[in-house]
Amino acid sequence: MDDNLNSFRTGPDETGHFGIFGGRFVAETLMPLILELEQAYEAAKADPSFKAELAHLATHYVGRPSPLYYAERMTEHSRALARAQGLSGGAKIYFKRDELNHTGAHKINNVLGQIQLALRMGKKRIIAETGAGQHGVATATACAKYGLECIVYMGAVDVERQKPNVFRMKMLGATVVPVQSGARTLKDAMNEALRDWVTNVDTTFYCIGTAAGPHPYPAMVRDFQCIIGDEVRTQMQAAEGRLPDSLIACIGGGSNAIGLFHPFLDDKNVEIYGVEAAGHGLDVPDGHCASLAGGKPGVLHGNRTYLLQNEDGQILEGHSISAGLDYPGIGPEHAWLRDTGRVTYLSATDKEALEAFQLCCKLEGIIPALEPSHALAKVVELAQQKPQDHLMVMNLCGRGDKDIFNVAEHLGGM
Amino acid sequence: MTTRIDRRFAKCAAEGRAALVTFVMCGDPDLDTSLAIIKALPGAGADVLEIGMPFTDPMADGPSIQAAGLRALKGGGSMRNTLRVVSDFRKGDADTPIVLMGYYNPIYVYGVDRFLVDAKAAGVDGLIIVDLPPEEDAELCVPALKAGVNFIRLATPTTDDKRLPAVLRNTSGFVYYVSINGITGAAIPDYSKVASAVSRIKKHTSLPVAVGFGVKNALSASEIAAHADGVVVGTALIDALKNSLDENNCATSGTVEAVASLVREIASGVKSARRAA
Repeated sequence: MDDNLNSFRTGPDETGHFGIFGGRFVAETLMPLILELEQAYEAAKADPSFKAELAHLATHYVGRPSPLYYAERMTEHSRALARAQGLSGGAKIYFKRDELNHTGAHKINNVLGQIQLALRMGKKRIIAETGAGQHGVATATACAKYGLECIVYMGAVDVERQKPNVFRMKMLGATVVPVQSGARTLKDAMNEALRDWVTNVDTTFYCIGTAAGPHPYPAMVRDFQCIIGDEVRTQMQAAEGRLPDSLIACIGGGSNAIGLFHPFLDDKNVEIYGVEAAGHGLDVPDGHCASLAGGKPGVLHGNRTYLLQNEDGQILEGHSISAGLDYPGIGPEHAWLRDTGRVTYLSATDKEALEAFQLCCKLEGIIPALEPSHALAKVVELAQQKPQDHLMVMNLCGRGDKDIFNVAEHLGGM
Repeated sequence: MTTRIDRRFAKCAAEGRAALVTFVMCGDPDLDTSLAIIKALPGAGADVLEIGMPFTDPMADGPSIQAAGLRALKGGGSMRNTLRVVSDFRKGDADTPIVLMGYYNPIYVYGVDRFLVDAKAAGVDGLIIVDLPPEEDAELCVPALKAGVNFIRLATPTTDDKRLPAVLRNTSGFVYYVSINGITGAAIPDYSKVASAVSRIKKHTSLPVAVGFGVKNALSASEIAAHADGVVVGTALIDALKNSLDENNCATSGTVEAVASLVREIASGVKSARRAA
């Protein structure tokens, strides 16, 4: 870890960089809009009524705070695994229950912030990209609540594998546009959303779903998601009288993870783990979406970050069983946290995620989304190696209703 | 120091006409055909050549240029091969300016310093990089200017008078005015607005202003040529190329001529337009 840094929580700098990562790599048409958005966000942050409105919505519309839940049988399970190896360990496992939020994932935390901002800026047309559909559903929900037009770009492949969410978005009044270009997944949905934005600059607010894209999005989305980590701080104090010893979350773009991690970055005794999607395995070409483990720095979608790409700088199509992690990049702050060593990044395969998914259903009576199932796979592994008084918090960032058909297919129809 | 680009715009101005700037994607549909097309362009009436560097994720381009990039990548297109094609072209043409156009990542991954050395050696005169606004000038714009490669900036309808000076500060060669908010190949601009936008930009710079987006044929080219120092045509040429391909997207005996004949037609439109004084 880089001990020369006084704080890991001060980024980005005024040009939107976290070290060499981040920045504003967009077409000139969008540049004035991004500057305007940055100004509007700075003004909103300084306005107590903005914070008050978001706090009100969090309580009465989202259902926050989400519980910090002691996963007793999951804890017992990892202790039994430890005993079987002759070890005495087995950390105490807590789930941060963000899957209980309205719309079923952490995505709503960010969307309500951005929609409040859109309202302040007088924008009546909202566009979004979505992978698993959770961000699309959250955006469609907020647009319905405020009577805004909503257009969601979704890769045609994802439209197919996340049908329940497509239906939900349509019920909520959104237009879902299946994207047929490229690999027809999240990356292409983001390209198409950017093309829409370039075309409809005067009327449109682009509600980005993860802590990536041009500055100020990575910082702004992170700030809206930090409610997760802030609540964990308070809740763990109440439950155990101290801070957690470790945090763990899955990473696609990385918004749920940065929301959990950021409030703890300067608590040097708190270990932090991010889990990328290893798909069919890190050694399988184009078979995974682990941009930190298998990528290198590059520029895409407005920011510099780790990308899956070939030696010519062409972006590769990754793979993950989870549509929400199926993206060849990662938020720039994670890229920086990896290079500084503050956060340790691991990966879990499709198979490991599916096993963890079933374990969570059977041991805790919770059907998790496939995305946090990746984190859960590593929780089971890590918890065995930690002492029994070690407090481990995993962000259970989404529920699995949307995934049950996909999972059933992988398990041979059950 | 004058560059090929400066000299070419000056020559066209002396002839009392706008320059015709043509865009094709390098490697579309294969490297040999692409080189043959590029070699045919000056004779067909192109004054400045924009050559696309293929990229998987061209987020400011419409379906035609997206597809052209993917055909090029399939046909062997890469940064190294783009530079090789330019170098081959240069062996037979010492005067026609060449501007590489595309996105930053392939250059970043190639290495900025190495790219500038190799591009200069190949005979590249300028760069248009869609996703490098002035806020990111330290990345490539400033090193390019130091290396003697023009960095041509895009100005758009959203670039207001307050922002224009920042956009023009490190721009050289010419200014590329994108006449609509949108992706390439999308819509036809309002020509009356183009005229006022060009004069607005000219209040801030003595550089030539070329206008792109929405040029389809001789008529639309002459409409723009009446108000601008240059007319850029891209999607229409890509579409003509695409229509000449066989069912497997491979070149046919008519592919080079399909592009060249449309360039001849558009060049006649450009030349017919009398420049407004």
